[in-house]
Amino acid sequence: MKSFNEKFAEVVFLIIAFSALSVLALITVFIFIEGLPIIARVGIFNFVFGMTWSPSHGEFGIFPMVIGSVAVTLGAAILGVPVALCCSIFLAEFAPAKISNLIRPAIQLLAGIPSVVYGFWGLVFIVPIIRNYLGGPGLSILAGSVILAIMILPTVISISEVSLLSLPRLYKEGAFALGATHWQTIRSVLMPAAKSGIVAGIILGIGRAIGETMAVIMVLGNAVAIPLSILDPARTLTTSIGIEMGYASGEHREALFATGIVLLIIIMILNSIAQYAARKR
Amino acid sequence: MKHLALKYRSLSRIRAAVCLGILILAVGLTSACGKTSGAGLIVAGSTSVQPFAEVLAEEYMIQHPDAFIDVEGGGSSAGIVATQSGIADIGMSSRDLKGEEKSLWNVEIARDGLAVIINPGNPIQNLTLDQVRDIYTAKVTGWSQLGGSKSKIHVITREEGSGTRGSFESLVMGKDRITPRALVQDSNGATRQLVADDINSIGFISLGLVDDTVKALELGGVPATRENVINGSYGLSRPFLFIARSNPVGQSKQFIDFTLSEEGQKILATEGLVPSAGGVGK
Repeated sequence: MKSFNEKFAEVVFLIIAFSALSVLALITVFIFIEGLPIIARVGIFNFVFGMTWSPSHGEFGIFPMVIGSVAVTLGAAILGVPVALCCSIFLAEFAPAKISNLIRPAIQLLAGIPSVVYGFWGLVFIVPIIRNYLGGPGLSILAGSVILAIMILPTVISISEVSLLSLPRLYKEGAFALGATHWQTIRSVLMPAAKSGIVAGIILGIGRAIGETMAVIMVLGNAVAIPLSILDPARTLTTSIGIEMGYASGEHREALFATGIVLLIIIMILNSIAQYAARKR
Repeated sequence: MKHLALKYRSLSRIRAAVCLGILILAVGLTSACGKTSGAGLIVAGSTSVQPFAEVLAEEYMIQHPDAFIDVEGGGSSAGIVATQSGIADIGMSSRDLKGEEKSLWNVEIARDGLAVIINPGNPIQNLTLDQVRDIYTAKVTGWSQLGGSKSKIHVITREEGSGTRGSFESLVMGKDRITPRALVQDSNGATRQLVADDINSIGFISLGLVDDTVKALELGGVPATRENVINGSYGLSRPFLFIARSNPVGQSKQFIDFTLSEEGQKILATEGLVPSAGGVGK
């Protein structure tokens, strides 16, 4: 009887695990079925590297959006990663228990704020500051990067902190024994040793930034042109889908699904790199 | 240990019950969907008219619980073709009928006015249609070229596929394209908010949604008002039409009558349209 129960539970868990997997398969298949025809018609090169997006005129080029995604994500990484790294080093190495017990839950809370709230806050707070002090319409790559930099903090901080904390104690003790100061130890022993985990955290953070939609839709301005400065508006792959989904039909709809394919592939590549980096250790 | 095994057993029983429940729910839902989408009135066409038709249909279905109206987009031309071929019972068009199409039965359910709006702090009051077009093609990029401040113009447009954008393109742009450098907002409300916040911006929204936070420009000296839309002197307006293959009967007639009734017209007015003068059918 007991062995039957064991087996039964096993099968149930297996089925449930596979149902999660099948949802992924279902979504992937659906996106490809809906999106591939238009890519086949337009041509993969013309679709990804086309400069003009004008579905009502039958022009489907998403290159401005690819550039927009890259620019905003890069901006978020430049602004967010240094802050996140410093924060994780502080938490793992310097912070007394009292302070880290305050900071850690606060950062987790940061991850729990809905993205639309970030977007709204950016719209009423960051956008006017940029418009009034730096010029331009305010809705810009800079505004999007600032929002995304904040949004990727929890991911990068917690993964980097964990990889710093999971290093063998021996590394630190050895460095101290050789006469290294605390900072020297962090810089030349701990950071290099935890590198793969930190890189994985950064890449996952970048993946989060690329996939974010709601927050950036409100602050980016969504213009379909290649931005020339960080104060110019831009459009990312995700916001393009989000903003035009409502009225799209026919080829336009297919083109949005095709945009989803490109996005899916980019995120799959990023995730594999992150997994590879994390496993290398 | 025995306790654990017991727990397992009851857990798996609960799980089985939950699975069964989900299965029944899923089957029930799919069959329910199958039932409703089969029959009913099909209204198809202009995506500009679509949201208004949906509101009307919703209200109509509340009053007639056994009726079902399916409102679909596709565009004015597609709607007209679908009506001609009988796929749709009622077609929606946001442009006048041309040529052969004029033989179809049609009625104007309302007019839609478009307002070109700027920030109230901007001194400019009046632009010509050509000047608006030049702004939107980025031929004119600074307010100083129009007699305003030295700042650059922040052009705001709507997203591809939006009916408001569609009417702006056909009424103002003609064959020219809106500059890709224009900011894109995804609703009338968001456009209005941005114009209210940014002194250098220009945008366009449905006339009914203009309020004190923004300033509607005069076009060629004609103020953007409902009166001027009705008497035809304000250029940026277009008719919203319902079309049928022949004189509508039965459910089609009932729905069209509801749309043209005082109640239907009131709904359209609150949604921001200019009610039709009398809804004269042909």
